[in-house]
Amino acid sequence: MSMIAMPIPDEGIIARKSEIVAALAAALPAEIIISDPEETRAYECDALTAYRCPPLAVVLPRTTEEVATAMRICHGLRVPVIPRGAGTSLAGGALPTADSVVIGTMRLREFLEIDTANRFIRVQTGVTNLSVSAELEAEGFFYAPDPSSQLACTIAGNIAMNSGGAHCLKYGVTINNLLGVRMVLSTGEIVELGGPLLGASGLDILALICGSEGQLAIVTEATLRILPKPEGARPILIGFDSAEIAGECVAQIIRSGVLPVAIEYMDEMCVRAVEAFAKAGYPNCAAVLIVEVEGSEAEIDDQTQRIRAIAAEFDPVEFRTSSNAAESLAIWKGRKSAFGAMGRLGDYLCLDGTVPVSMLPYTLKRIGELAKDYNLEVANVFHAGDGNMHPLILFNANRPGELERAEALGNDILRLCVDVGGCLSGEHGVGVEKRDLMATQFAPDDMAIQMEIKDAFDPEWLLNPAKVFPLDVSRPHRERGARCD
Amino acid sequence: MRLNETDVNRSQGADVLAPRDESELAAIIAESHASARPLRIVGGGTRVKMVETEHSRLLTTRQLSGIVTYEPGELTLIARAGTPVEEIEQMLAAERQTLAFEPMDHRSLLASKGTPTIGGVVSANVSGPRRVQVGACRDHLLGIRFVDGRGRIIKNGGRVMKNVTGLNLGKLLCGAYGALGVLTEVALKTLPMAESEQTLIFGGISVAEAVEIFLAGLSTPFEISGAAFHGGSAWLRIEGLSHQVEYRRERLTALFRHRTIDICKDEKSKALWRSLRDLRHFSDTTDAVWRIFVKPTDAPAVVTALQTLGGQVSLDWGGGLIWYCGIGDAVSVRKAAGSGQATLVRGGALCGDLIFAPERKGVAELSAALRRTFDPARIFNVGLMGSLDADKVY
Ligand SMILES: Cc1cc2nc3c(=O)[nH]c(=O)nc-3n(C[C@H](O)[C@H](O)[C@H](O)COP(=O)(O)OP(=O)(O)OC[C@H]3O[C@@H](n4cnc5c(N)ncnc54)[C@H](O)[C@@H]3O)c2cc1C
Repeated sequence: MSMIAMPIPDEGIIARKSEIVAALAAALPAEIIISDPEETRAYECDALTAYRCPPLAVVLPRTTEEVATAMRICHGLRVPVIPRGAGTSLAGGALPTADSVVIGTMRLREFLEIDTANRFIRVQTGVTNLSVSAELEAEGFFYAPDPSSQLACTIAGNIAMNSGGAHCLKYGVTINNLLGVRMVLSTGEIVELGGPLLGASGLDILALICGSEGQLAIVTEATLRILPKPEGARPILIGFDSAEIAGECVAQIIRSGVLPVAIEYMDEMCVRAVEAFAKAGYPNCAAVLIVEVEGSEAEIDDQTQRIRAIAAEFDPVEFRTSSNAAESLAIWKGRKSAFGAMGRLGDYLCLDGTVPVSMLPYTLKRIGELAKDYNLEVANVFHAGDGNMHPLILFNANRPGELERAEALGNDILRLCVDVGGCLSGEHGVGVEKRDLMATQFAPDDMAIQMEIKDAFDPEWLLNPAKVFPLDVSRPHRERGARCD
Repeated sequence: MRLNETDVNRSQGADVLAPRDESELAAIIAESHASARPLRIVGGGTRVKMVETEHSRLLTTRQLSGIVTYEPGELTLIARAGTPVEEIEQMLAAERQTLAFEPMDHRSLLASKGTPTIGGVVSANVSGPRRVQVGACRDHLLGIRFVDGRGRIIKNGGRVMKNVTGLNLGKLLCGAYGALGVLTEVALKTLPMAESEQTLIFGGISVAEAVEIFLAGLSTPFEISGAAFHGGSAWLRIEGLSHQVEYRRERLTALFRHRTIDICKDEKSKALWRSLRDLRHFSDTTDAVWRIFVKPTDAPAVVTALQTLGGQVSLDWGGGLIWYCGIGDAVSVRKAAGSGQATLVRGGALCGDLIFAPERKGVAELSAALRRTFDPARIFNVGLMGSLDADKVY
């Protein structure tokens, strides 16, 4: 039905299922191994639900050592391994194959060390993103990266995808807030990188692990940089009657020297959906920006005035400030319920390309034109401050051919992002979703060296092998891997 | 494409290779790969004195110079690796922007001439006092082009702030001192210059008191963008919009009301931090200089241990970075550093320079594997980066 192919599973491995499960069971507690087909189904997909395939078995370790044992056994038996956190990947990064074992790290849920003096926290990676900040709340600190999925997604997934969030404009993404990891290599060897220090000599292997989509190692512990909480934060809502003008206003704010923590964008279709769903009281207009500034009351007022002056040049239909917590919540309410609201309208594909901020107006216009060509509707809601777009393509999965059409439109939109100087993925990763588009952004040598790095870490290509690189491009590496001993 | 050796301030050696474009560079490297002839890579040559390896040919990226694009509205700059840092800083200043990681200028410390290039800054991940607030050079790097050890021209990353497409090679090459490839182009994030800045000066205090001040200051939401110490004085820098800086200064002086605080502002403050950044306070000696990363709370004990070796120290990054200038030998310095990491930055009487802390075993193996991947014939900066353990595994 759908367009993205997965490699043909290795029947030899599938036939050895009982041997593989027995080997795992001999070395690990029974309660962390799942092999009943009824139960492995729960792991058949992540948030890219159009693609599903139950794995051979699932292991849910509670310690790094258990992860290492499971990995060593899979390595010995040459079974592919799919690392998994909470399964909220929108790129199909945690999608299994029938011949694979899922190693899920969501039971690694301990907070190991909080050191506010040296400003770091050390956690096991199965903790959710939100729980890290919750753990620090009483100390007056927080962990900055805040993906919208933060209630569910884990630090493991955040590291694997180098996840971002609304507040990344000021605080950076996961890699800018990650100080060290403990991880398990494909052989089962445990390695530690970095730590609480602000610098390290030697190669920055940590930067390679972060964003490697589970292809280089399974990360089991992380040392994260933490920040003192700002005195206060307040959102401003600005409405425009043209999407392009809203885009220009974003570029002006960025340039001005005021550094908002977030600039979020929603288009008319998204605003309407949100109004129907959450009744956030947004103005009825072509585009809404939510700009959040931080600091003391006086600092917030000062920044708000500056933003007001910039916005005034673009003739906004509304400039709404908040004077208390309830009003702030109301302004954020619409944005936060955007994905849920869009879900009400039907099935959607959530894209994730980045474009240079100056190209936002043009890109928005072209997306509109492309959507018309494909006779599909696209809503836009995204992190505008850093040009990270999330066009949502609406379709009806029950109508034959519509998913394929939506995917084809999605591919055209992502190609557009690359053409205007941007990239295929700003924060969701490549996974299987964008795998086959990699050649639009990378020349053969650009991809070759990345696969050679995977060869160096995982010569047998056991970790998440069918992701990130187009299958025909990675085939020689995977086949060589299958032959190596 | 051959330069006179004096052009890069080289005291000895034969030819200096100075390719004029990426493809010329790629050809040189491909040839060196085929013949397994090592290359010593430099930018402007400001640190060339640091390492001398036998049989290496010197290759400079100095002629790969020029700004490719600068988009102030997007806060992005793309420059060829050999572009002088000064040229970039001037261009940014005209738009009231800057490289927020404030790279140090090594010339006064190393008593070298040459012209620092942006490629050199990125290769060494050079990050100044603002590291404590905005991150290191690598956190501002958006993309690169480079030539690997086989002579392949490779690009990675791009010019946008958020990009998770494929592996991040930019950050890997940043701080790799040319061991993995020769950078030809870098894309960096720029930031608006602060509208105003002030520095709180605490005089007559000990290292332990300084660290106490740093920890207290850095636990506030006032975005301290510099926290350094030398010779009995500690400095805290605040930057931002004018109102903001006034307000933050008031709050911080209230927080430290039991201490005597002097204030310096704008130009004076800028000059102070430039001097701290460049370690001017160590430029009138020739003793070895070490850069030691520690946990800030460990800094006082490490400093005490270092002082028994003789010499002086200064602190930066809120106590997370100790600069030690003295005659202690490598073994004693590493011992004093405890769980910290010490790198030799200026050799002094010690033989060899830029000697890195040994890596943990598993990490050393991964580093060696990466070097083999990027540079199979081992031609780049042999004996420099990770020279101790990694080379044994190699
Ligand atoms: C409604 C919604 C909103 C979202 N909003 C955002 C957003 O604002 N910003 C953003 O960046 N993302 C967002 N995402 C995407 C997703 O939440 C992130 O990619 C997240 O980091 C995935 O975490 P996870 O724990 O669910 O990982 P999973 O989905 O389980 O796995 C993700 C990837 O990580 C790998 N992996 C998992 N665990 C490990 C491990 N221990 N070691 C190595 N690799 C591992 C997997 O193999 C896979 O490739 C959103 C998703 C949804 C559904």
